[in-house]
Amino acid sequence: MATETIKSKQTTPKITERISGSEAIVRSLIAEDVNIIYGYPGGAIMPVYDELYKYQDKIHHVLTRHEQGATHAAQGFARISGKVGVAIATSGPGATNLITGIADAQIDSTPMVCITGQVPSHLLGSDAFQETDIVGISTPVTKWNCQVTKAADIPAALAKAFYIARSGRPGPVLVDITKDAQFEEFDFSYEKCLKVRSYVPVPKTVEGSLEAAATLINSAKKPFIVWGQGVILSEAEEQFKALVEKAGIPAAWTILGASALPTSHPLNVGMLGMHGNYAPNKLTNECDVLIAIGMRFDDRVTGDLSKYAKQAKVIHFEIDPAEINKNVKADIAVLGDAKDTLSLILPLIQKNAHTEWHQKFKDLYAIEYEKVIKNDLHPTKQGLTMGEVINEINVQSKGEAAIVTDVGQHQMIACRYADFNKTKSNITSGGLGTMGFGLPAAIGAKMAAPEREVVSISGDGGYQMTIQELGTIFQQKAAVKIVVLNNEFLGMVRQWQQLFFDKRYASTEMTNPNFVAIAEGYYLKARKVTKREELAAAVKEMMESKEAYFLEVCVEKEDNVFPMVPSGASVSEVRLA
Amino acid sequence: MNTEKQLFTVSVYTENNIGLLNRVSAIFQRRGINIESLNISSSEIEGVSRFTIVVNVEEENIKKIIGQIEKQVEVIKAYYHDDDETIYQISGLFKIKSDLLFEERQIQNIIKESSARIVTVNKEFFVLEKSGKKEEIDLLHRELKPFGIMQYTRSGRIAVTKDEMKISTLLETYNN
Repeated sequence: MATETIKSKQTTPKITERISGSEAIVRSLIAEDVNIIYGYPGGAIMPVYDELYKYQDKIHHVLTRHEQGATHAAQGFARISGKVGVAIATSGPGATNLITGIADAQIDSTPMVCITGQVPSHLLGSDAFQETDIVGISTPVTKWNCQVTKAADIPAALAKAFYIARSGRPGPVLVDITKDAQFEEFDFSYEKCLKVRSYVPVPKTVEGSLEAAATLINSAKKPFIVWGQGVILSEAEEQFKALVEKAGIPAAWTILGASALPTSHPLNVGMLGMHGNYAPNKLTNECDVLIAIGMRFDDRVTGDLSKYAKQAKVIHFEIDPAEINKNVKADIAVLGDAKDTLSLILPLIQKNAHTEWHQKFKDLYAIEYEKVIKNDLHPTKQGLTMGEVINEINVQSKGEAAIVTDVGQHQMIACRYADFNKTKSNITSGGLGTMGFGLPAAIGAKMAAPEREVVSISGDGGYQMTIQELGTIFQQKAAVKIVVLNNEFLGMVRQWQQLFFDKRYASTEMTNPNFVAIAEGYYLKARKVTKREELAAAVKEMMESKEAYFLEVCVEKEDNVFPMVPSGASVSEVRLA
Repeated sequence: MNTEKQLFTVSVYTENNIGLLNRVSAIFQRRGINIESLNISSSEIEGVSRFTIVVNVEEENIKKIIGQIEKQVEVIKAYYHDDDETIYQISGLFKIKSDLLFEERQIQNIIKESSARIVTVNKEFFVLEKSGKKEEIDLLHRELKPFGIMQYTRSGRIAVTKDEMKISTLLETYNN
């Protein structure tokens, strides 16, 4: 096949200047308003680092302790700012270490541009030192990728990369640049990419679909909204809230949709899915119209598809046409960007309250509160619960903090119980479930929004997967608050072993190090809490700290996360114990 | 909708870029679907490639796959069709010892009846080419096999649809 054809539209007069490919990379990043990048140097990307040294007043490079940390930091940056996160690495192992973060960004629709160095083009395919086919390796987990072997192709490739990463349904892209292209000189000019032929970032809304959806919503007796991250990605929070309030429809969220509507909003009825709230799971199978907005019916949300909302007419607001009918058949598909489609449907919606229907959610919440929530948040038995730690953080932060979680029991507990008053406050690894995501993602989030309180909550397992990023926190003076909920177990796996594998705790118990000593080894303030009476003061001290702070809380070893929809079961079979 | 597995011809119009084959084939691979045949060539539009992919799947599945294919940045449009909606051909090449051509009268009859074409003849071997439906190529293969085939290969399916594809119109809308 022929070489890459890169189309871009000229917006400014071309002023050319003869520079090297590596300088062109840095200048292209500046042209895309990038001022922080995360990465790790190495042989095949050294010319770029040499230029970064020259341009350090314009671009701050954050040296993470592992390339995986660079991708998660770039993701954290992107998720809280809505901008494109940038990660950079050398060829071979540097590039392959990015893959986990790229895969995570792909499934969670996070805009990210990764730049990798590559061996000189004359060595391509020769198994040269630190050569990998990173374009081939990253193909299934990128929205788009390409390899550049000529300096002259660098500006257009990067312009296209940023455009694709941020437009439509966002995602990660990777541009692999050979070392000779980094050295080669050429006449540089930069034009932002505004269009790529054959790529339709936002599909046209099908004529009549909004009217049909409005008619169905207006006639519904028991309508139910399930929303996802699409609301946040399209910055449609205001329109979404207006729709929920005008139509008076109870609304529940997927894990990535959390924080688009404040937790305290009376029509916010909680989290969906495997460890979601009782009422939204149960009532999914009772509603007459299910309105899905910017969510993709992940299997963790739907449980057994053959028993999911079979009684309901389904309306699906979605930007990605491939999601329509992928898992759940939509009676009406409203294609487009949620901000546009919600704005357009709002005037067609009749005011309503659905009081009786809403009461059903409240009744089921009362049951869940009595059986689960009360014991999680206000336990009377000895031993700290994860829920009461989250509750204490809510109290001290007044629900204003951005919560960055890792993956596991603590994540489900944090997402269930954290108060989110502001949008873009729940940063977590949803689709890929990447342990080790939390700590580096918190670094990126804090650097993108230094004015916000960023609290990283991890379990003892995931924390140790990227614990080396404490070095980045220390070096960058990133005032991240780190909470490790230590139950000396890989808690979620242990819970499954208890419930489904006859309590055979195979390789899930962890003998942990002295976490406080490790944090102190990185010159961070640190404290360990083992008793309930110490908790409030410790969380207060952490939240009041102007610097990074590490707090280890030793929680009950064998606590479980309920409610739970067992894997493969229907959402209405949700268990409370 | 038909829930039985059946043969579908998938036509994908794409930009002529490196790496797309990888992306498109990965969509089938992820779902554990074997590609029966694959052909990539230039299309009626300059700079636009056309993939012709044959798969044996349920219609519901192929619809989802088309969505996933169209989602790729450099894919212009993807379609699926059943056999009744397309005109399709494949081609087979048979390399056979030249002696047989002269000594086995039966082979001469087979060539004549099958409408196969002799591409080349030399002292050692001759090459037969047969275009048509897979069944026709298979039949010729079966008939020639007892005499000994030195080499045999078959191409992927190529197909045109009975209905218009309107790719040029689509590209015009992209360009505007």
